[in-house]
Amino acid sequence: MSALIARPWIWSWLAAALAFALTVSLTGGRGAGELAYAALSFGAFAAIVGMGQMLVITLGPGNVDLSIPATMTLAGTLALKAMGSDPGTAAMGLAIALAVGLGVGLANFALIYLLRLPPIIATLAASLIYQSLAIWSNRGLRIKPPEGLADFSTGRTLAVPNVAWVGLAIAVVVWVVLERSTWGRWLMATGQNMRAARLAGVPVQRVRFATYLAVAVLAGLTGYLLASFSGGAALNMGQEYLLMSIAVVVIGGSSIAGGYSNVPGVWGAALFMFLVVSMLNSYGAPAGLRLVLTGTIIIGIVIAASTRRVRT
Amino acid sequence: MNFLARHRIVLPIVSLAVLLAATFWMQPRAMSYFGVNLLFNLAVPIALATIAQMLIIMVNDIDLSTGAFVSLAACVTATLLNDAPLFGALVLAGLVLAYAVLGAVIHALALPAIVVTLGMSFVWGGLALVLLPSPGGASPGWIRTLMTVKPPLVPMAVVAAILIAAVTHLLVIRSGIGTMLRGVGGNARAVARSGGSVMRLKALAYGLAGLFNVLAGMALVGLTTSADANIALRYTLLSIAGVILGGGEFTGGKVSPTGAVIGALTLTLAASFLSFLRLSPDWQIGAQGAILILVLTARLLFTRRSGPA
Repeated sequence: MSALIARPWIWSWLAAALAFALTVSLTGGRGAGELAYAALSFGAFAAIVGMGQMLVITLGPGNVDLSIPATMTLAGTLALKAMGSDPGTAAMGLAIALAVGLGVGLANFALIYLLRLPPIIATLAASLIYQSLAIWSNRGLRIKPPEGLADFSTGRTLAVPNVAWVGLAIAVVVWVVLERSTWGRWLMATGQNMRAARLAGVPVQRVRFATYLAVAVLAGLTGYLLASFSGGAALNMGQEYLLMSIAVVVIGGSSIAGGYSNVPGVWGAALFMFLVVSMLNSYGAPAGLRLVLTGTIIIGIVIAASTRRVRT
Repeated sequence: MNFLARHRIVLPIVSLAVLLAATFWMQPRAMSYFGVNLLFNLAVPIALATIAQMLIIMVNDIDLSTGAFVSLAACVTATLLNDAPLFGALVLAGLVLAYAVLGAVIHALALPAIVVTLGMSFVWGGLALVLLPSPGGASPGWIRTLMTVKPPLVPMAVVAAILIAAVTHLLVIRSGIGTMLRGVGGNARAVARSGGSVMRLKALAYGLAGLFNVLAGMALVGLTTSADANIALRYTLLSIAGVILGGGEFTGGKVSPTGAVIGALTLTLAASFLSFLRLSPDWQIGAQGAILILVLTARLLFTRRSGPA
């Protein structure tokens, strides 16, 4: 039991379960299935970008990707435009979204490595350009995703949303890479002490390069899925994922100072972020109060997590 | 150190001068009292928010709630301060105090500032929405008068920018307490060993940042005459970019108040410059990003030439 409590990811799952229970208790148990289904659907998007952000934050202080929303929008827009609602183009659209992610990752890292810009500023400035590209290519059109793709992204398999399966598969891959592969060990070592890692022979810049590629590709994939899920790409579709991606990493128990990441926690935090909003909604909190409470809860969890860390 | 410190300011000045020259070349009519005022009018609140961000970056933290907090301060100014001046002033003072407490808590519990301010941005945004659910309110007359005053020879925006830079330069660079504050960013342990209370200093830095953010909100309302809960959301990114553009560093307490103000002016001017270029609106935001990258690249060349920074 104490071993379980010591796991940093347990807290985000407990918080998610509590928010779920409080919401469902209001209706006396009705709608529990629908709520869980919605949480898994919407949580999947936050979880996938959150895992990307987690990898970057694990690289150590100052590493964060602020271009995630713009990347999502650009990938979603370009993919849907290329597919043009034609059936049988889903694979091509996916390839385009992933290619957008790769391109963005390359550009971001070029700014960080070649121009020595701090990652916050580099990804921030570059995201303005990606956003412009998306605006330019979108031109107010709303192109529907091809039917098969729309059915997949809103559909379910074994009572679980398909997007949640995708998110789960990515979580497993990220976990294996982080915990069981050399590259994952290199990433952790770089985040804990970059200088020591370099002296120990870790190819630090290659690790950073791969990480910035990975986060952008995951953002591109999320943009593709989200645009298909919501029936078309919108210019503001990525907006809320900037704060969301950072929040789920921290609530999930990863260290914001880098070097320690936590895959299951990200998923728990993603579910929690959706559930807490629906809980406040079902208790009839007005929009302003809902935001205040969401912020207070985030800070509360961060404080709880930090005092636990101090004691151990 | 002195050599570099003195030269750090050159690049922000050069970028601003180049951009200003380009703007005047594109639009010679802007080269007048009225034109300059129009170009830099919105720079005053941005400069104040940039100074606030700089104070936080100075103690090695970062504030992601600037935009939401300035919006809230603007909403308070346009409603409470206008309807009941005394109560409104008390609320604004309370907001400044809340920032100071935040700084103390972040230090005492060793919390990551980036996350706490992220959470606080929800809180500030929510409070602003409670206060002003739909755009509205009105600017108190005296703020409106202050922001639209027409001093002789030099436009109000320029006077205000010089004033802000001078005051914060004296406070941060010249005064004893300013040196201590920068020391917290440079080496907090050394400050503690030499008898300073890092917690009190951090509270002071955050409190001052809160004060400048409140001033930014008030100045913004003075210009726009009304407020809404999202009025200043882009200030978070603008203020961070302004600090870096002005030659500040994310760590080590290396900041420049004058540079930060110039950075804010450059960012404001970039927006005007792009609209003079008759660039398609699609590319306006992107071009701002490109200018930002360009200036920072210039800084790289600059620091290389003058030896290792």
